[in-house]
Amino acid sequence: MIELIDTYWLYFLVGQYPHGPLGGLALTLILAVLGLLFAFPLGLVFGIARVSPWRSVRWPVSALIQIVRGTPLLMVVFWAYFFLPSLTGQNTDQFWTMLVALVVFDAAYLAEIIRAGIQALGKGQTESARSLGFSYLVAMRLVILPQVVRNMLPSLVNQFVSTIKETSLGYIIGLTEVSFIATQINTQVLTRPAEVYLLLGLTYFILCFGLSRFAFWLERHLQQRTMAKAHA
Amino acid sequence: MTPIFDLNLLLTGTYHDWLLSGLITSLSLTGISLALALHLAIIIALVRLSPVKLLQWSGFAFVEAIRNVPLLAHMLFWYFGAPELLPTALREWLYARNVEATSAIIALTLYTAAYMSEDVRSGIRSIPGQQFEAARALGFSFVASMRLVVLPQALRVTIPPLISQTLNLWKDTSIATVIGVAELMYQAAKVESASFRSFEAFAFASACYLGMSLLITGAAAWYQGRFPVRAA
Amino acid sequence: MIQIEKVNKWYGGYHALVDVTENVAKGEVVVVCGPSGSGKSTLIRTLNRLEPIQSGRIVIDGVDAHGARVKLNTFRSHIGFVFQQFNLFPHITVLENCTLAPTRLRGLKPAEARDEALTLLDRVGLASKARAYPGELSGGQQQRVAIARALAMRPPLMLFDEPTSALDPEMVGEVLLVMRDLARDGMTMVCVTHEMGFARDVADRVLFMDAGRVLERAVSSDFFARPEHPRLRQFLSDIRTPFPVAA
Repeated sequence: MIELIDTYWLYFLVGQYPHGPLGGLALTLILAVLGLLFAFPLGLVFGIARVSPWRSVRWPVSALIQIVRGTPLLMVVFWAYFFLPSLTGQNTDQFWTMLVALVVFDAAYLAEIIRAGIQALGKGQTESARSLGFSYLVAMRLVILPQVVRNMLPSLVNQFVSTIKETSLGYIIGLTEVSFIATQINTQVLTRPAEVYLLLGLTYFILCFGLSRFAFWLERHLQQRTMAKAHA
Repeated sequence: MTPIFDLNLLLTGTYHDWLLSGLITSLSLTGISLALALHLAIIIALVRLSPVKLLQWSGFAFVEAIRNVPLLAHMLFWYFGAPELLPTALREWLYARNVEATSAIIALTLYTAAYMSEDVRSGIRSIPGQQFEAARALGFSFVASMRLVVLPQALRVTIPPLISQTLNLWKDTSIATVIGVAELMYQAAKVESASFRSFEAFAFASACYLGMSLLITGAAAWYQGRFPVRAA
Repeated sequence: MIQIEKVNKWYGGYHALVDVTENVAKGEVVVVCGPSGSGKSTLIRTLNRLEPIQSGRIVIDGVDAHGARVKLNTFRSHIGFVFQQFNLFPHITVLENCTLAPTRLRGLKPAEARDEALTLLDRVGLASKARAYPGELSGGQQQRVAIARALAMRPPLMLFDEPTSALDPEMVGEVLLVMRDLARDGMTMVCVTHEMGFARDVADRVLFMDAGRVLERAVSSDFFARPEHPRLRQFLSDIRTPFPVAA
């Protein structure tokens, strides 16, 4: 196992860079970060639309979210892979295909997290903001969302963990993320597949477990802060 | 002049047969994995709830090790890595049979069971401890108390999240494509490369996934209406 | 100032408000009381359109509250509403709670808004808590801030929906005191409340509601001294003697 790590660690971490495109764990992380970064504002818009008082906004968005959530991510990736080129008029490479798929997919899930957060707040906050004379959107921006985002921080970190795992699907369209690299290493080494894939699993585990522990700590820390302020 | 959407393609002929067999494979994978995962989930949940610290900790480690690694990496391990660890005779026997489907089922079962065990555990914990105490006070063993008093009550609370996990399982079967299982996604891609009718092939697959998702979500809603949770 | 004309409201099949017709003059303090489920909270919430109505009209200061063309946000900014659950914004300070709307809706500069807010907070006795967060305050303090927050918009009308019902008994007095001072300064007020002492001492008129109807309306002295409607008599006696002594 040690010689494996010794020989291939750089390839595993950054792919063929600088002699080729960035790959490996670095690509996995960049894809996950960008995916969640772009999915968040889209998820916010969808989440707010989901609870808005106007049916013409609520229904189409709810339908879209239900459709995306009822579809496997792989399906979304394939739709993006086969139809993005015709939409954009040019050959889309695997990175952008995967990114678009991740953003659309995660936005639907984030929308539900946001919706749950808004509803957990109760209608009292919205009513008092509206009673002061704020419009629906301004009330969202100034009063509801600041509280929701703060409350939803642990869920957002968990969603980031999910996104990291989702990047593994890039394997299927040939994106050189860390699972793909592991298989490349396996085809070169041939005699130690169990070790290679155990190392792959270990890598994901350290990353994702670390982050979910952080989310857990964050949740406790935020709760304690609220308690402290209340008893001040 | 080929039409934009050729419905006939889906209703008759070779492509239709391919797609249908893919659907049946996906459904079989789901069914078998679900049956196995449910049992495993209950066992894991009980292990984590047992008073023996070592058992608790092993259960925790097991669940976390599985949940923090993407399903794709699991599949790659069980297909490429695990057979190498088997004794030669067993390995030969496995390769003669359906090693792809076996690996997929093992990966899907473990992955789904890890998530389901969390739901079962929450469900059991939501039943007040006094119920368990009352059963023990009557003279029942740990296992008997669980089986006769706690689990029946916990089941009602747990069914909705379990149905939600079943939905995830159904969507996760798509990842078996990567190790060559001829399920729905695999067949849809096969139809696409044979006929270049990507739209029809993926529309069929999407419709199947969505249709099943709607069925499963509908089942959850029906269950919650028919068997509401009754607290003391 | 307020004209309520034959207002009807249904929640599905339940008739929550039945042909309600009332007027409130400028400077009047009107208390609405009645058993729970009588529709009194529903009525006051229709005044600033937190609840819709199915028929009738509500005109406040010449504006039809439920009209199709009305600028709802501007309309609401001219009415102060105090909730039973206070509903302060917990993520900003007490002072910021009181300056948020004036800076953004009345166009005040931050410094002006701050000065006005501090004056109001002083008026309700909480200037010292300006930099605190709502979570650090007691219920009575939060409600007083809520009143200051509503007053910061300089509304000509204040609506109170059971302002003291969620408070521990020892804090009810401090809130009622603020409301009494407001009334003395000539504010037009409509209050839904169970506090009969407040109704008797501060209100000009009292309305009694039951099952969606206004069953009796009278000047407060007459209301308590000479109740006419049998339901009102029952209600008042239930309040005065909650534990009937066995004969």
